[in-house]
Amino acid sequence: MSSLYKLSTTIRKLHSSAARFTKNVEFTAVRYPYLKRGSYSFLSDRHLRFFQSILSPHQVLTDEFNDLSGYNVDWMCSVRGSSRLVLRPKTTEEVGAILQYCNAQNIAICPQGGNTGLVGGSVPVFDEVILSLGLMDAVISVDELSGIAIVQAGCVLEKLETVLHLNNLTLPLDLGAKGSCQIGGNVATNAGGIRLLRYGNLHGSVMGLTAVLANGQIMDCLSTNKKDNTGYDLKQLFIGSEGTLGVVTQVALHCPSKPTSVQVGFFGINSFDNVLETLRLSKQSLGEILSSCELIDQSSMECVTSQLKLKSPVNDFPFYILIETSGSNADHDAEKLNSLLETLLKNGTIMDGTLAADSTQATNLWALRERIAEALASEGYVYKYDVSVPIRQFYQLVDVMRAELGSLPIRCCGYGHLGDGNLHLNITSQEYNTVLLNKIEPFVYNWVSRQRGSVSAEHGVGLKKRDYIEYTKSPTSVYWMRRMKKLFDPNNILNPYKIFPGSLND
Amino acid sequence: MSLRILVGVKRVIDYAVKIRVKPDKSGVITEGVKHSMNPFDEIAIEEAVRMKEKKIAKEIVAFSCGPAQCQETLRTALAMGADRGIHVEVAGPQYETLQPLHISKMLAKLAKDEQIDIIIVGKQAIDDDCNQTAQMTAALLDWPQATSASKIEAKDGSLQVVREIDGGLETIKVKLPTVVSADLRLNEPRYATLPNIMKAKKKPIKKLTPKDLGVDVSPRIQIVTVEEPPVRLAGAKVENVDMVVEKLKALGHA
Repeated sequence: MSSLYKLSTTIRKLHSSAARFTKNVEFTAVRYPYLKRGSYSFLSDRHLRFFQSILSPHQVLTDEFNDLSGYNVDWMCSVRGSSRLVLRPKTTEEVGAILQYCNAQNIAICPQGGNTGLVGGSVPVFDEVILSLGLMDAVISVDELSGIAIVQAGCVLEKLETVLHLNNLTLPLDLGAKGSCQIGGNVATNAGGIRLLRYGNLHGSVMGLTAVLANGQIMDCLSTNKKDNTGYDLKQLFIGSEGTLGVVTQVALHCPSKPTSVQVGFFGINSFDNVLETLRLSKQSLGEILSSCELIDQSSMECVTSQLKLKSPVNDFPFYILIETSGSNADHDAEKLNSLLETLLKNGTIMDGTLAADSTQATNLWALRERIAEALASEGYVYKYDVSVPIRQFYQLVDVMRAELGSLPIRCCGYGHLGDGNLHLNITSQEYNTVLLNKIEPFVYNWVSRQRGSVSAEHGVGLKKRDYIEYTKSPTSVYWMRRMKKLFDPNNILNPYKIFPGSLND
Repeated sequence: MSLRILVGVKRVIDYAVKIRVKPDKSGVITEGVKHSMNPFDEIAIEEAVRMKEKKIAKEIVAFSCGPAQCQETLRTALAMGADRGIHVEVAGPQYETLQPLHISKMLAKLAKDEQIDIIIVGKQAIDDDCNQTAQMTAALLDWPQATSASKIEAKDGSLQVVREIDGGLETIKVKLPTVVSADLRLNEPRYATLPNIMKAKKKPIKKLTPKDLGVDVSPRIQIVTVEEPPVRLAGAKVENVDMVVEKLKALGHA
């Protein structure tokens, strides 16, 4: 594709780990040869001229003048598309014009937020045009009294948090990727995170949103009402739709009051039974102030401390639990926490632990949990499984997989949102290895299915898990999902190849 | 060696909190704001505890001056390994005008009463950034001082201290008794473990008044006004290098 005039050269700042490895990632089309490109148009000069006529030069990035690998490769360096064009709209209307044109010209689109997704859903499979929301990053309004924040989809979550804090509010969700992920992407994937235990998920926190449909039509569901029972609640369709039903451009988020007292405790525990007992007692005695309850196993702790040079506050234990409380009265919260700790220690339920004495210690303790994914990525290729299982069986899958895989992987470990029953099972090897992959899948999905759990608790389905939806959802459900997709996006231009098993183009 | 160490710990607004000035400009908002131990004082306590673990010291006394909540700061020091605490209670307007000189006088009196061999304090507090207490205390006691310490070694009745100074590192030897102030790279403070946090609740904290130590805490200064720093002007984004040059020329910088 030749260009007819000079374009401004814009190089996007990349996540440092992605920047190091993007050049070595195998093309998705090569790694998954059974995937076939749909009969979409190939990008031509005519198409490019149209985009350049409705957008400013720095909003149109072609591969001729720009390094698009940051857009084409995911954070995990596990999938790689071959998109030649990135469009960066600044307004909902621009998104509408782009999609209207692409729908008419049969051009496939891959909507992209912070590109921190873990299931290969945020990057193209082939040469889909990337629609990056990154320039739509404004916080439009924040109202302390109602708690409603109206934000553009491209606003980085951490930036939103900073603005909320100035208004005595805080985010209803928090996750390790918050320095890079965008609220639009969070909504499109129904992101969970470490605070879901306390504030619930985005289906409850999102009061309204603006979405652009495949044909360019703008669906205004941006209400700020907490209660609105007028007809079908269509915004819920877009939450968790992973960019396949429409592009979210604005969100009205309900945000809780900023807690004045946050305590972080970290405990060493010598058996899984004691882990369950700690959870039970914590829920009971902390009650409404409990905001997070996370589990880390020995292997994950070993990985995060050695790879990232972090310090553990306690000696080696088979399990560690991180508890966070958030409340409005420090004395009240400290008293509850101290009383809980005395009981847990006295009964031998926990063997050792610490309480963060200041915010620096709190941040360091959280890093032991939030940076595990990063530490694992440094070991090589990560096979990542994010599953919902009955809490009593939370760790069983890790033991089962470890026995099943023997010495094939570098590591088989588990950590996650204990309070929500959401385990992150991770297996690492030096390089992508199909032998290892075939030992893991579909074994792991079968196991989860037998427990009536979810094969993807919060990470979504994207590309990598699309064939496994039916381990959790019934055929009837999937049938109606496909019907809805056809209704909203008859030409299948929005994030094709994602979510649904097989190919919709068949 | 079996030395007795006195460590000063100050309760300050937590390092991560965004400081806000009171609307009447009389000070910063402290009500309902998270406080914790001054990070340099954490380092001071950690060093004292390490000396006790190496059997150089036999007892660590933690001292804090301020409102009732200082007891929490002392409990943290006790949880890290201090043996007992001393709380000199000063509250309200008198606390607002408390100065390093007042603290130095208290430390000097306590050093004599408690037969202290080494006083360790953080080199400065993160709220006032004074960096005066260690120096003044040494002067009042006529003791040698080793400030901004980044390494301490005990050797037969004296300390060999590496200090961080503008030109690099300076190594000095000070005879005991002495005053030391802890700098950032002296050590990495430990997490207080739960069993120690529980034990700390039973360790004694003696309560005193400034009068008990013969120190007059009436104000020597008057706070005239407290204001926020001037708002930083927003930068401007441009689309390419040519425009950067244009802007620089327009602003008279090129």
